[in-house]
Amino acid sequence: MSAQIKPVPSPQTDHIVETRGLEVRFPLPTHFLSREKPVLHALNTVDVAIRPGETFCVVGESGCGKTTLGRTIIGLQNPTAGEVYFNGQRIDQMDEATRKPIRRDMQMVFQNPYASLNPRRNVYDTLVEPIRHLMPEKSAAEQRETVEAVLAATGCDLSWQRRLPHEFSGGQRQRIAIARALVTNPAFIVADEPISALDVSIQAQILNLLTDLQAERGLTYLFITHDLSVVQHFGTRVAVMYLGQVMELAETATLFATPKHPYTRLLLDAIPKLEGGSFDKPRTPGELPDPVNLPKGCPFAPRCPLATDLCRAERPKLRVLPSTGTEVACHHTE
Amino acid sequence: MITWRSLFKRFLSDPVAIGAGIVLLLLVLMAVFAPLLAPQNPYDLMQIDIMDSELPPSWKDDGDARFLLGTDAQGRGVLSTIMYGTGISLLIGIGAVVVQAILGVTLGLIAGYKGGWIDAFLMRLADIQMSLSTLMIAIIVLAIFQAAFDANVYADYAIVMLIVIIGVAEWPKFARTVRSSVLGEKNKEYVDAARVIGLPARKVMWGHILPNTLTPVLVISTIQVAEAIMTEAALSFLGLGMPVDRPSLGSLIRSGFEFVFSGQYWITLYPALVLIALVLALNLLGDWMRDVLNPKLRRGDD
Repeated sequence: MSAQIKPVPSPQTDHIVETRGLEVRFPLPTHFLSREKPVLHALNTVDVAIRPGETFCVVGESGCGKTTLGRTIIGLQNPTAGEVYFNGQRIDQMDEATRKPIRRDMQMVFQNPYASLNPRRNVYDTLVEPIRHLMPEKSAAEQRETVEAVLAATGCDLSWQRRLPHEFSGGQRQRIAIARALVTNPAFIVADEPISALDVSIQAQILNLLTDLQAERGLTYLFITHDLSVVQHFGTRVAVMYLGQVMELAETATLFATPKHPYTRLLLDAIPKLEGGSFDKPRTPGELPDPVNLPKGCPFAPRCPLATDLCRAERPKLRVLPSTGTEVACHHTE
Repeated sequence: MITWRSLFKRFLSDPVAIGAGIVLLLLVLMAVFAPLLAPQNPYDLMQIDIMDSELPPSWKDDGDARFLLGTDAQGRGVLSTIMYGTGISLLIGIGAVVVQAILGVTLGLIAGYKGGWIDAFLMRLADIQMSLSTLMIAIIVLAIFQAAFDANVYADYAIVMLIVIIGVAEWPKFARTVRSSVLGEKNKEYVDAARVIGLPARKVMWGHILPNTLTPVLVISTIQVAEAIMTEAALSFLGLGMPVDRPSLGSLIRSGFEFVFSGQYWITLYPALVLIALVLALNLLGDWMRDVLNPKLRRGDD
């Protein structure tokens, strides 16, 4: 390392996961002669810090970058710019050998349990692979013990071990997928819409399982969802994302009681209610801006009732509101 | 993965598979034990008498009891040459497909998984290879090979040459099939799950993606065995395949071709029937395997 580089202030270690100025851009396919090099901005300077033991929810419309955020933190996607820290260590540029021990502590549960289990591997082979790869010191007997313990903890029957994924229902598969995420005894789990592919009756079971496991093992979740009612019951803190940016970040109760950002209010108003007839309300005009040609100012300005020239010219940064402790990216809210 | 015992159980419950399996097994056994079973050794010039040439099958009026299916123009028993020739055809067909599969699966897997310029480069290479017809490549290479070495050396290495040439010429079929399957599989979440634990690309490719792309590979393998046997027959027809003294089924069909219209149909007919039986059995077994290996159609514990 050259001595000229300014020492980076070490990230606070009371955060288990922290991102700094995270940006992900996807180059779009073009004709090789074309001069334009269009780029899709999936994440734009995202700074989030996740505390140990909490359930950090990320909500937003589809295409807002919430899945990309999860995939970048877990390492499935390389950031274009910015940094990802785990327990104070920068992990996004770490070489595989150094990163291997950290991988035990970070796991992921995917959205679609019909695609997240290899159809040609039985349950035991699926579950034992992370142990074999990340904990090669374990003997065959210890591997078997670990797999059986985790299966029991996630409400799976031990007789499932020799069976193939297609023999199970969606809820059972998601239990198996959760068991796979737990075999290395991780501290942090990214759950990317883990219940949205399941029947409503099963969703509650899986949420309860996740809650129980968190209590037993002190897990930290990054919970990605578009379902605000789940956030309300399940989340500790919530980040509302819009077009690759965090618009508002607050404690769950605070966010639902006193939403600060106009976009958050729009989302909360969009929850269908029995009385009040939300279908009759005037709908907010405007569509999502094109993520390829991002507006210069606030990305929400075209749809925002409070928007002024300032909003269209300058992109607001996240700032803390002293009244509630909410972090919000808006020029006009107080 | 599916166990051998359950595979065997599935096999026994399917009459078509049993039929095809028996035919293939008989043909393979016949080929392997040809030196023990055949009434004469067509490679041994001492056992061949030109006076026996063009005899009809033994049940005909002027047939000879020594030659059940008659003899060809050189006095070799058709039955004996079929027994030896089946082995040579099978060897070339399977050998060529093994070469094709090793090349095609490896390159297709890398092209599909890595993407980008590696993919573009390998697929353009495949396009170039496909635009040169297999026969053309084989004719050029074999003609040079025949001109460069004398007939004895050529006879010794003809099988190896045919396997390598047909194998190398046809790898793009496997590569394209595997690549398209890999493109479908690599974005599935189970691949992400394997990458989350930091599994190296090599293990993700071979351990996770490849087993899920094998079904189409098995199906085209059987077609390719038949096709390789046909290519070899075509080359023999042009005098570039197996030499006359070590005939394959293809060269046997060819050697009787000029006698078909003068009445000596048996020289061509019987090798052709064996070839048809061989190809049909291979294709039926391939179809059966495709059904059995489809994970959606089976249970893991049976």
